[in-house]
Amino acid sequence: MSDEKKLEELRLVIARHKFWDLIFLISGMLALMIAILTFIALFTQMLIDGAPRLSWDFFTSFPSRRPESAGILSAWVGTTLVMLVTAISAIPLGIAAGIYLEEYAPKNLFTELIEINVANLAGVPSIIYGLLALGLFVYQLGLGQSILAAGLTLALLILPIVIVATREAIRSIPIAIREGSYALGATKWETVADHLLPYSAPGILTGIIIGLARAIGETAPIITIGALTFIAFLPPSPIKSEFPFVSFEWLTAPFTVMPIQMFNWVSRPEEEFQFNAAAAGLVLVVMTLAMNALAIYLRYRMRKKIKW
Amino acid sequence: MVKNNLVEPEANSLFPTQYKSIVKNLNFYYGDFNALRNIDMVLHEKQVTALIGPSGCGKSTFLRCFNRMHDLYPGNRYEGEIILYPDNENILSSHVDPIEVRMRISMVFQKPNPFPKSIYENVAYGLKVRGIKQRAMLDEKVEDALRNAALWDEVKDRLNDLAFNLSGGQQQRLCIARALATDPEILLFDEPTSALDPIATASIEELIADLKNKVTILIVTHNMQQAARVSDYTAYMYLGQLIEFDTTDTIFIKPKNKQTEDYITGRFG
Repeated sequence: MSDEKKLEELRLVIARHKFWDLIFLISGMLALMIAILTFIALFTQMLIDGAPRLSWDFFTSFPSRRPESAGILSAWVGTTLVMLVTAISAIPLGIAAGIYLEEYAPKNLFTELIEINVANLAGVPSIIYGLLALGLFVYQLGLGQSILAAGLTLALLILPIVIVATREAIRSIPIAIREGSYALGATKWETVADHLLPYSAPGILTGIIIGLARAIGETAPIITIGALTFIAFLPPSPIKSEFPFVSFEWLTAPFTVMPIQMFNWVSRPEEEFQFNAAAAGLVLVVMTLAMNALAIYLRYRMRKKIKW
Repeated sequence: MVKNNLVEPEANSLFPTQYKSIVKNLNFYYGDFNALRNIDMVLHEKQVTALIGPSGCGKSTFLRCFNRMHDLYPGNRYEGEIILYPDNENILSSHVDPIEVRMRISMVFQKPNPFPKSIYENVAYGLKVRGIKQRAMLDEKVEDALRNAALWDEVKDRLNDLAFNLSGGQQQRLCIARALATDPEILLFDEPTSALDPIATASIEELIADLKNKVTILIVTHNMQQAARVSDYTAYMYLGQLIEFDTTDTIFIKPKNKQTEDYITGRFG
């Protein structure tokens, strides 16, 4: 009799505990929904406003005073070229710095100081980078308001992301693999080049793409260094018909990028320009999502080979 | 203080071998911690020497002195000598490059640690870091190593498969092949079967018995039966000290030290 009573009490206790499970489940889902629904609402609004403007002409036209003939040609070309400069400069620097900190740097106060700094750099507001770049790249180094200056600025911005991703990826390789390599007589560099880098490639790649996806949407630092908001010409082509067939003139060209084009259109009084901004926003979101999808796909493909 | 039985006449008549290495008054420190204390021992050429003792007694630490693995981490310090013959070189000397030592003395780890590469690339890696590039020579050495590790017949048709697709026992034999490919003078085993099932363990033990015709072997094992089965000489260690070193028969049948006897008979450990 008393046993049955006890069992009932126990069930009551379990039910009470399970109630809190349920509460957390619901609040967790709600929190998640707020984030997701907000994005979906924004995206849908953009889709409704912008989708009708999306056409071949929109991609191949320069901006214009007349909203119906304005396009994003100079913006997406500018964004592509700036991203190219950013990737080429941030990737090797970031990976090299990550490898150095993880494998070569002696464990002392100085290294620790650098590590803390790198971690903090990732949180510095992007406009600060813009101010730094304005002083350093635009004036001090005389790069002017060019694609090169913008690319380098964004490279600085995403450098900490690449460094941290590289370090995390290298650190996740088991010690046994490292020791296995050293035990065969490999030097530090052989161990890095033959093992650590290839095996951490999926993680590093993910970091790079997340960094680039962040850089592609940055507006503040680009405005600070003086990107133009209205550009009706393309930078000089990197490929030439005559020898030496490649040209780097485009690096010094003035430019605009997608977020700045959007910003420009949003601040116009005419309502039609708002639709252009929404359409450009759609393109930008799709570009970012595509990069993230690529990161996920590449990581999945490369991880299949690696198990520990 | 226990007298270690280094140059016992009977032992030498039973096993007429030469010394491959002599350890003289070895001390090892992890920072301030004195992990190995005054160790004197020998490795007989082309014989299997087993290190036994309770966990934490320093047997793996001792083993890892032989290929200077401790140099990878800061704060570690050796004192004393490990002389390698025939060239009479102290491999612990700061004048000796640890990479050179590791090229002469290979190691097989506790858990199979193949690289996430193909079977072929795993075995060929040690050759690659020695600068061997000719395909024909690589092919030949890889095949030899895999044959010596008793793995060739199982993998000859899929050398380009990923090493991770092999079973645990096969992976460990692959690691042995990888260590053998470079013709090491000494092969170190750090509890090579502790992560394997009994059947895979038996095949590794058989392999070790075959390998001693080619190479001097030093093996750490937590399993006394294994030491009795595979080794010619056994060293019993406790708390960083070498308590007794003798032929395996002597250690297991009539150990001279009371502590060794207690451990062997299972009264302790």
